[in-house]
Amino acid sequence: MKILVDEKDFDAGAEIAALRAGNPHIGAVASFVGLVRDTNAGSTVASMTLEHYPAMTRRALEAIVAEAGRRWALLDVTVIHRVGELRPSDQIVLVAVASGHRADAFAACEFIMDYLKTQAPFWKKEQTPAGARWVEQRATDEQAAARWAE
Amino acid sequence: MKLKVLYFARLRERLGVAEEAVELPDGMGMVAMLLDVLRARGGVWAEQLAAGKNFRVAVNQDMAGMEAPIEDGDEVAIFPPVTGG
Repeated sequence: MKILVDEKDFDAGAEIAALRAGNPHIGAVASFVGLVRDTNAGSTVASMTLEHYPAMTRRALEAIVAEAGRRWALLDVTVIHRVGELRPSDQIVLVAVASGHRADAFAACEFIMDYLKTQAPFWKKEQTPAGARWVEQRATDEQAAARWAE
Repeated sequence: MKLKVLYFARLRERLGVAEEAVELPDGMGMVAMLLDVLRARGGVWAEQLAAGKNFRVAVNQDMAGMEAPIEDGDEVAIFPPVTGG
C-alpha cells in the first residue's frame, strides 16, 4: 500500500507500473485520476489551492484503504493526493487498485474515491474572476458515499 | 482540562485563528460542551458554530460526533465539510 500527500505532481503510468510490478496474482488494475477543471459552479477557475490537516490526512486515507480491503479482495492500493496551488488540467488525485479480478478493482477504486471526498480532510479554494472562494461540499458527494453503507 | 483546538479552511479564515489552547472546567468531557464554550464567546463564534451550521469535528485525528468524549491534552479540530478529490 502506498499513500502519499504531496505538493509534487505524479506520473500515473509509473505509479501503476510500480503497483503491479512483481506480483503475478494481479489480474486487474483500476485507476482514477482527478484533475483541476477550468470552470466550476458557473465561474472560470484560474487556480485552486488545496489545504489539508497533515496529522489527520494520512490516517484518514489509511482507514479508507483498510476499509476497502475488508470489503473486497485487493492485492495492493496506491493513493496519491496533492496539496498546495494547482492550475486547470493539473492532476489532483490518483487512486489505483490491484486485484485478481476486475469487479473488486472497479468497486474498490470507486469506494475509495467516494469516501476520500467525504472523509479525508482536504479543502479546495478556487481563484475566480470574482475573487477567492471555498468550494462547498456537494450533496451528491454525500449521497455517493452513503450508497456504500452496509 | 486543557485542549489544543485547530481550525481549518473557511472556518480558520472566518474565526481568524488556526490553533489555540482552550481551557475547559473539569468534567466537561464532550465535544458538544467544547462547542458551547466557543459559542459563548459570541460574535463570529456564535454565528459560525451555531447548531444548524454545517461543520465537522475530529478528536485526535478521528472524525467525532457531538457526544464524543474529550480528555485533557486532546487535539480537537473543527472544519467545514471536506472537498478533496
